Amino acid sequence: MSNPSPLLRIRGLTKAYAGHPAVDDLSLEIAPGECLGVIGPNGAGKTTTIRMCLGLVAPDAGTIEAFGLPIPSRVREAKQRIGVVTQFDSLDPDFTCAENLRVYGRYFGLPRPLIDERVPRLLEFAALQSKAHAIPAELSGGMKRRLSLGRALINDPDLLLLDEPTTGLDPQARHLMWERLKNLLQRGKSILLTTHFMDEAERLCDRLLVIDHGRKIAEGTPRGMIAQHLESDVVEVYGEGAAATARSHAALAERVETSGETVFFYLRDARALLRVLSQEPGVRYLHRPANLEDLFLKLTGRQIRDDA
Amino acid sequence: MYIPIYATPRPSRRFWPVVQRNLLVWKKLAVPSVLGNIAEPLITLIAFGYGLGTLIGEVQGLPYIEFLASGSIAVSGALAATFEALYSAYSRMQVQKTWDSIMNAPIALDDIVFAEMLWAAMKSLFSVAAIMLVLVALDISRSPMLILALPLLGFVGVTFASIALVFNALAKGYDFFTYYFTLVMTPMTFLSGVYFPIEQMPLWLQRVANVLPLTAAVELVRPLVIGQWPAEVLRPLAVLVVYAAGGYYLALVLTRRRFYR
Repeated sequence: MSNPSPLLRIRGLTKAYAGHPAVDDLSLEIAPGECLGVIGPNGAGKTTTIRMCLGLVAPDAGTIEAFGLPIPSRVREAKQRIGVVTQFDSLDPDFTCAENLRVYGRYFGLPRPLIDERVPRLLEFAALQSKAHAIPAELSGGMKRRLSLGRALINDPDLLLLDEPTTGLDPQARHLMWERLKNLLQRGKSILLTTHFMDEAERLCDRLLVIDHGRKIAEGTPRGMIAQHLESDVVEVYGEGAAATARSHAALAERVETSGETVFFYLRDARALLRVLSQEPGVRYLHRPANLEDLFLKLTGRQIRDDA
Repeated sequence: MYIPIYATPRPSRRFWPVVQRNLLVWKKLAVPSVLGNIAEPLITLIAFGYGLGTLIGEVQGLPYIEFLASGSIAVSGALAATFEALYSAYSRMQVQKTWDSIMNAPIALDDIVFAEMLWAAMKSLFSVAAIMLVLVALDISRSPMLILALPLLGFVGVTFASIALVFNALAKGYDFFTYYFTLVMTPMTFLSGVYFPIEQMPLWLQRVANVLPLTAAVELVRPLVIGQWPAEVLRPLAVLVVYAAGGYYLALVLTRRRFYR
């Protein structure tokens, strides 16, 4: 890493539960102002890694430093500058939105005038001004997530740890969340974002880390990784009979994968294949550039995980 | 930070915002909460005190209603602390994930357990204070020594909250707490000299009763409520301290084990 003083530095982090590795020799760094995406299937070790960064789970081996402070021995100081959004909302159901923010500010020992000043601004940031006196049960899923994000900002953190912040949201709510996260990045915040939405990773992250079974299997910029691991183009062919026909053209592509009734041709030059397909009646196909989802599936496989 | 599971308690000043949080929730529901806490002992007092009292007459030189009221106030305090440290603390710990969200801020598990213990004791003090007002209003006790019973009942709250947090740490669901109430708290109430003097029981049961925290609480609280000095202070106080300290340490160890797996 070029930056001499990363905000977060993880070295050789390892944690096993009952002999099964959850995190296996993981190393990563986040530079100031950077958004690092950690992508991986369910059970890949994303949440465990975040919990170790917060001193909530003891690693079996490895070191963690946040702002140069060793975790866990100085985690209290480090947490003063960290904001967290967990995978599942843990808002206080008895409190209004404003109270949720205010009470959370007290956990950081913030003086009352500072909390009073920040709460209305965070409600505005979360687009919840009109809901200041509503309780979480009266909010939509997207509103709850935005309130969780607002709550994570009450201490004006330098580093945000976001664990699947848009899982379960509808497209409108996701787009609003992305827009808010981009705004935070523009303001110089650093973000560690776990996700399994490839479009989310591609939109927000400067750098990506793919982990599976607790182990880092690839790292780089979204475009760079696609260029490194994949052919530039993908042709998807759909339909029952079409799949069989299409397989006979496998020689026209560098790599072919079948998933159900869809065939994926990975190739550098699609022209020859497209010419052939256009002459076959009844075949439906789509030509598109390779994306992160292709990369993710190539690296972690297409099978469904037991714990998914 | 994660602390070795068997380390001595290490609460910090950061426990206070957690108490404030619980206080803020309570304020929203304070009136029904306190009314609920007074209603039950009041019904017992009227039914048993006046009803049974006329049949029984005096117990240990006291009108039965005074004997009963001065003992049952300790039970009310113990039950209020127990209820809060079981059902309410479990909701916050397991169901609402409030503890998890607090630990994402710079507050450690040791701070939270300390805050929950203290809060349960505070809450039991609120209901005990309300019951005292009822005792004064009904002219059951007008002793200025009632004031001295308050800090003592606060410590009874600490003791029972600490014990209850042990079971909170072990719980897998609310059902578990029903056993605690029916198998521990209810028998203890009958053995601890609240409804009748423990001398009425066979000697072996008296021996059991003498090491129960509720017996110790009644021994100390009853005289103060009726305006006398307790005959014995050190032994019952020592019993309470042992249960409070032992219970709290065990609760903390088991809670750490639950969270730091």
